[in-house]
Amino acid sequence: MELHPISGIPGYIAMVVKVLAIFVGVLLTVAYATLGERKIAAWIQDRSGPNRVGPWGLFQPIADGLKNLLKEETLPAKSAKVYFLLGPMISLFPAFVIFAVIPIAAPLPTPWGVVDMMVADIPIGILFIMALSSLGVYGLVVGGWAANNKYALLGGMRASAQMVSYEVAMGLSVVAILMLAGNVTLTQVVWQQQQLGMWFALPLSMAFILFMLSAFAETNRLPFDMPECESELVGGFHTEYSGMKYAMYPMAEYAHMTTASALMATLFFGGWDLPGSWDNAFWYDGQLLRSCTSAVGAAATCIPGTEVLAAPALWKTALTFTGFFAKVVFFLVVYVWVRWTLPRFRYDQVMALGWKVLLPTALGYIMLLAVSILVLDGLGLTWGFTYGLVLTAVSGLAAGTFLFFIDRGRTISGAAAGASQRTEIKSILVGSPAGD
Amino acid sequence: MAISVKVMKRPGPEKTSYLRATLSGMALTFRHLVNPATLTQQYPEEQTDLAPRWRGTHRMEVHADGRPKCVACGLCPTVCPANCIRLVGGEDDQGNRYPVVYEIDEFRCIFCGMCQEVCPVEAIHLGQHFENSEYTRDRFVYDLDRLMEQDHPSTLLWDPSDPSSE
Repeated sequence: MELHPISGIPGYIAMVVKVLAIFVGVLLTVAYATLGERKIAAWIQDRSGPNRVGPWGLFQPIADGLKNLLKEETLPAKSAKVYFLLGPMISLFPAFVIFAVIPIAAPLPTPWGVVDMMVADIPIGILFIMALSSLGVYGLVVGGWAANNKYALLGGMRASAQMVSYEVAMGLSVVAILMLAGNVTLTQVVWQQQQLGMWFALPLSMAFILFMLSAFAETNRLPFDMPECESELVGGFHTEYSGMKYAMYPMAEYAHMTTASALMATLFFGGWDLPGSWDNAFWYDGQLLRSCTSAVGAAATCIPGTEVLAAPALWKTALTFTGFFAKVVFFLVVYVWVRWTLPRFRYDQVMALGWKVLLPTALGYIMLLAVSILVLDGLGLTWGFTYGLVLTAVSGLAAGTFLFFIDRGRTISGAAAGASQRTEIKSILVGSPAGD
Repeated sequence: MAISVKVMKRPGPEKTSYLRATLSGMALTFRHLVNPATLTQQYPEEQTDLAPRWRGTHRMEVHADGRPKCVACGLCPTVCPANCIRLVGGEDDQGNRYPVVYEIDEFRCIFCGMCQEVCPVEAIHLGQHFENSEYTRDRFVYDLDRLMEQDHPSTLLWDPSDPSSE
């Protein structure tokens, strides 16, 4: 079968099907993530969780949705009505749009041509995601401000402050990927990981740690859920919301979680890639790249006659999609697991972690990685498995050092005085008889 | 005179490390996640075994021919500390006393069981039953027919010679 990209009328049909499938898929994932969260929370706390609606409570999300649709919606008398209505929508839509650029499976061959398993293979994939994921916070800020409630406003302010702080660390950790992959297209990132023979979580372990910490903060999940913070701010930005407008905020939160999980899977855990080279079908720019050892821009070396690529097949698509979905679900479970383990940080701790720890670490790590890549290229080492192993060692060392200092430094300390203050106290006490 | 200051030794990272505390906490929650000790009783499907001396909804014992055992002696409304029993007695042509009106307000009742203790003919009993929700308040005043219809087990009286009911 001649492998050519799908085009014409079948191409449009395939596009519509993909858009619908991804939209409904994300919506379903969000709905069942709420049930999953309640179930896992219950198990962690030795409870049973929802089990009244349907078998094992499987229809609980439908019941919740119905309840929220039928509930009375309140509209505070002195709110900015247009923005109050706009807030939840602004919050919800970016999380869904982001999924358009994430490749979810290996290309699927059909009688009309090969369909790549993503809605839009745009060349600025990661930048698009960074731009849109930050838009979600506008929903929180606008909703919090429009409610004309001081707690809601504080929640919105915190959301924006947190987003600004952690977007920096997240962006810098993504820079590490860009340096190694040499590209911002997500299909290329997946392809690079297949060619490297290892997922980026190994050669860029430090970047993964930074990305994961920032992702928790960006999605406003515990231990970083400052904007909601029931113990301080009533309900935070959604204090005045009720009914379906309220429900859209949690939906947006879960959609952002799903997106962040998919991003972690794609950037650091090979996306839909599974171990082995049987699924290394690379589809870029409407072309199946064959007999190319590398696809890094101009450095692409295509040797005619050598087949390094696997041919797409239906079972490969199905299997790789299962792999991708399993990775996403794994990260969703980690999100929930962390939420039901860790207590919330104090606001100043969140800011200190973002600006004093993650930002300098990310900058230092990028320098280290840049130097390592420069040295490796200078030594003439070709891009491949050995290259990845050396970077794994370097990043492992960096991550180990980082964790050592986090461990020793009481980075997230309680109200105890910092080291400089302790020295000050000691100098005051010089001359006075010390106790035992 | 110098001030005496006791310098406390700060605990090391094994006590203060946020990282280690986090990891051990995650391990703890994970153990519960994979092996939850679910003690929840699935209530409407699973019923609790009530104790033999559980004091709940009243019931009136009946004779084999369907008459209530009550002889309308008036002891239970007298002894009732919550004043929730209304009794109007009557007498048939053979001279047997019987209750014309016998009502217990389950809202006022404090389920002390003194009516059961004082009853000379063992007619009024408390029962091992607690699911008596209704849609209106007046349904909580149980009349004689309703008390006779109750079919849950009666409460066992406390026996001073067998204090732990063995």
